[in-house]
Amino acid sequence: MPRITVSVDGVTYEEEVEPRLLLVHLLRDRLGKTGTPVGCDTGNCGACTVTLDGRSAKSCSVLAVQADGSEVVTVEGLARDGRWHPMQEAFHAEHALQCGYCTPGMLMAAIDLLRDDPDPSEEAVRRGLEGNLCRCTGYTNIVRAVRRAAAEMSRAPHERMPGAAEDREAAAS
Amino acid sequence: MTEELDAGLVAGRIAESDQMSEPSAEREMGRARRRKEDARLVTGRTMWTDNIQLPGMLYVAFLRSPMAHARITGVNVSAARSRPGVVAAYSGRDLAGEQGSLPCAWPVTEDIVIPDHPPMAVDEVRYPGEAVACVVATDRYRAADALEAIAVDYEPLDPVLDMTEALAEGAPKVHEAGNRAFTWKFAGGDIDAAFRDAPVVIDRTYVQQRLIPTAMEPRAVVATTDGDGFTLYSATQIPHVLRVMLAMTTGIPEHKLRVVAPDVGGGFGSKLQVTAEEVLALLLARRLGRPVKWTESRSEGNLTVHHGRDQLQRIAVAADRDGRIRGVRVELLADMGAYLMLVTPGVPLLGAFMYNGIYKMDAYDFTCTGVFTTKMPTDAYRGAGRPEATFAIERAVDELAHELGIDPVEVRRRNWITREEFPYTTIAGLTYDSGDYEAATEKALAMFGYDELRAEQADRRERRDPVQLGIGVSTYTEMCGLAPSRVLGSLSYGAGGWEHAAVRLLPTGKVEVVTGTSPHGQGHETAWSQIAADALGVPFEDVSVLHGDTSVAHRGMDTYGSRSLVVGGVAVLAACEKVKERARELAAHLMEASADDVEFDGGRFRVRGTDEGRTIQELALAAFAAHDLPGGFEPRLDAEATFDPDNFSFPHGTHLCAVEVDTETGRCAIRSYVAVDDVGSVVNPLIVEGQVHGGIAQGVGQALFEEAVHDADGNLVTTTMADYLIPSAADLPEFTTGRTETPATSNPLGVKGVGEAGTIASTPAVVNAITDALRPYGVRDVRMPCTPERIWRALAEAEAAVPGQAPATGPAPAAVPGFAPVPTHGSTPGAAPPPAPASEPIRGFVAPATSESAPEGGAR
Repeated sequence: MPRITVSVDGVTYEEEVEPRLLLVHLLRDRLGKTGTPVGCDTGNCGACTVTLDGRSAKSCSVLAVQADGSEVVTVEGLARDGRWHPMQEAFHAEHALQCGYCTPGMLMAAIDLLRDDPDPSEEAVRRGLEGNLCRCTGYTNIVRAVRRAAAEMSRAPHERMPGAAEDREAAAS
Repeated sequence: MTEELDAGLVAGRIAESDQMSEPSAEREMGRARRRKEDARLVTGRTMWTDNIQLPGMLYVAFLRSPMAHARITGVNVSAARSRPGVVAAYSGRDLAGEQGSLPCAWPVTEDIVIPDHPPMAVDEVRYPGEAVACVVATDRYRAADALEAIAVDYEPLDPVLDMTEALAEGAPKVHEAGNRAFTWKFAGGDIDAAFRDAPVVIDRTYVQQRLIPTAMEPRAVVATTDGDGFTLYSATQIPHVLRVMLAMTTGIPEHKLRVVAPDVGGGFGSKLQVTAEEVLALLLARRLGRPVKWTESRSEGNLTVHHGRDQLQRIAVAADRDGRIRGVRVELLADMGAYLMLVTPGVPLLGAFMYNGIYKMDAYDFTCTGVFTTKMPTDAYRGAGRPEATFAIERAVDELAHELGIDPVEVRRRNWITREEFPYTTIAGLTYDSGDYEAATEKALAMFGYDELRAEQADRRERRDPVQLGIGVSTYTEMCGLAPSRVLGSLSYGAGGWEHAAVRLLPTGKVEVVTGTSPHGQGHETAWSQIAADALGVPFEDVSVLHGDTSVAHRGMDTYGSRSLVVGGVAVLAACEKVKERARELAAHLMEASADDVEFDGGRFRVRGTDEGRTIQELALAAFAAHDLPGGFEPRLDAEATFDPDNFSFPHGTHLCAVEVDTETGRCAIRSYVAVDDVGSVVNPLIVEGQVHGGIAQGVGQALFEEAVHDADGNLVTTTMADYLIPSAADLPEFTTGRTETPATSNPLGVKGVGEAGTIASTPAVVNAITDALRPYGVRDVRMPCTPERIWRALAEAEAAVPGQAPATGPAPAAVPGFAPVPTHGSTPGAAPPPAPASEPIRGFVAPATSESAPEGGAR
């Protein structure tokens, strides 16, 4: 069986995996990282979104072996020193979640969205999150939350995306 | 009495510790508290059922029927048993002696046909996806692999897909007893008199397409046993109902069965069920003596989570020329699917009392026939019966307005129950306790900018703009807060509708609220904390809410039907009041006063007219210490309460939707959406707004995107999220919401429930808007979901029926802007309406169909 090395939320794991094992099942069943849920199996719902080397990826559509040598950040790795990421704060403040099942993926996708567009319009948020489905909120409060987080992060630009390239470089140096 | 005597050593330490709280006089009711639930949900520290790992746990996979209807002539699981990692494999026949029959708790008529419903098919499969065999293995991949080694011989039988055909003489039978499950009738007033010589009759047929509820969390079940008792973890809305139903189905005694609903990721009715997989997981745990887990894939879920809606509605409205409604007649065919599940037959009946909507009329007549087909059973889906009813009446009232050339809002105004008339007993026999349709509508019209949009619409029509503007209105009410046990009993429902709560004060003055409701996204931990904090005068943060585990919350009726706050929240209040009475007695004793002289305010009990007082936390500590209690006073400040209201609650509201429809491509986009809802008093406006937003989105989903489609052989073709489209953020506008507030009189909080309101209101608002946009083109209806293709076809067929219609004739003379009837639709008193250029033939009550539509696909 292939042997892979993968960093998840700052912890390095060496695992022997079947080639067909999905990244999301590695996270959930092997590593106990159950914060990332599975919603659809076909890459449509986005509930399983994580960041893979800093960019959002649907972990049901990535094989664990493809993540070899990569750095994965899940929703469980967003908080820093017990402080929530501004996106987590914003989702809480704007009541952007109800059942919360889509929330981990929604948070990760929204953070990646702001990396490309730090000040997105309502329209840009809606288009940018098209690949993440929510059945509870009707999205109005999710859009508000993402824009609130964008404003917050522009006021405090030191808030970097965990797992972003600069973090790894900093860790390496 | 001195403080030293009140408290012993431990109590003294508690009193001095920073654990002891102060009372709080801050009012929580109506406050937009951020949710307590969020902390675990935004950080991933959740406990979804699929997260649970137990030592020695095995994984279950089901082999499912690839056919809609077939006889099973052989199942061979022996090859699967020898696959690596496989512990067991069973066919339905292997389990036939112990699997029992899945329950139906709502036999709506005496002569209803309730077929035996084995959790795993034994002799015959009757819907695609029905389980025929299972594998239990050491991991989920191995279990799935071994399914390939199971051989099943099927002898295909004719599928039964169309309700009208199913009822015809000589139709293939789903069950030996035939395809009619029941016929249920209800009547009020003299319907023949209402229709006799009626100047206007609107007679329409609408298709409530089959929907797939699509909670984001797929179902999952974990069952475990210690050899004596069993614990079942399930992604369910109804741990309490499930426990008693599973006891009866499996024979496991109720007291040996604990059911836990951990974090549950949405339900919308789909997890209000006793499922085959729950029963089978228990049986497998019992057989194997090891914990088992089953988690469905999304495609399994689309096949086998119960579906929603699927009704064929014929509605006729008789009216006078001034628009006054004389009577409404409804004939309904309701697709039950292959079996009657927990409340399958009752769903259309929940709509039976709602087809009269918010309107006064002389007569009402309702007939519903439940029909078996070879499809997944239907059951509760957000609104359950009431969205269907509201859609039909709100569409029909729009047609009436158009027929008479009256503004659709004005026609509603001429018929609705006025604010002075509450409480009002409707023609369907329900007593609406409170409401103010005038206020909600006025507010909605102003927020929407109704007059301005009508002016723009007239302008676009005049300019023959290819992108037309449509305006849709929906004024709804619903019966919810599913309770009164007595009424549910009169409708043959199998249980009551009460709800239970327990409240206990801990030694440090902190509060535990135990509720029989079972939240899965609704925020009960937050809202119940607010109710308890207000009632007891304790800080919001000092309350924790326990739920969803039958060994913790020992009594409950769970969460569905917008009932949790209206029944369960009120039970919390009632339990708090009982605790307070006990605390008052203790306070009076400690202060040597009469209980009648002790006042309570903001968490303090005071002797009237003095400064002498005790905080509720001090009393909790005194009860714990128990050194100085009144004679016969048990040393505890806790209480239980069960609430069973004597009426439903009736939220209402006015929703307005503006759509832009591209008449050249059929593209439809919602431009603005305004909802003004009256849900009575509000505990937490943030949660209420969220519920309305989500409800609207689901109703829009039905109007524009969603449909479970079967092919001619009866196979479901919308088995993934690429085929079954739920709305994404890019598909929806920002919703604008507002509220009016007329408190319910049926409960002391004045609350009405909000879970289903948005879904009930929004579907007709959207379709009315689309129809409104297309009326100048001769289009009278677009079948849901109103996809671009369907809109385009409706336009093309209308054009073919009356060539050169609207675009060539130009604007209609506008007595009411945009509302004068187009020439070919001129109203003829008493005459049947002109033939509908229906975009697709509707099978059933109208003209014989010529073809079934091809499934519409298209990935987002």
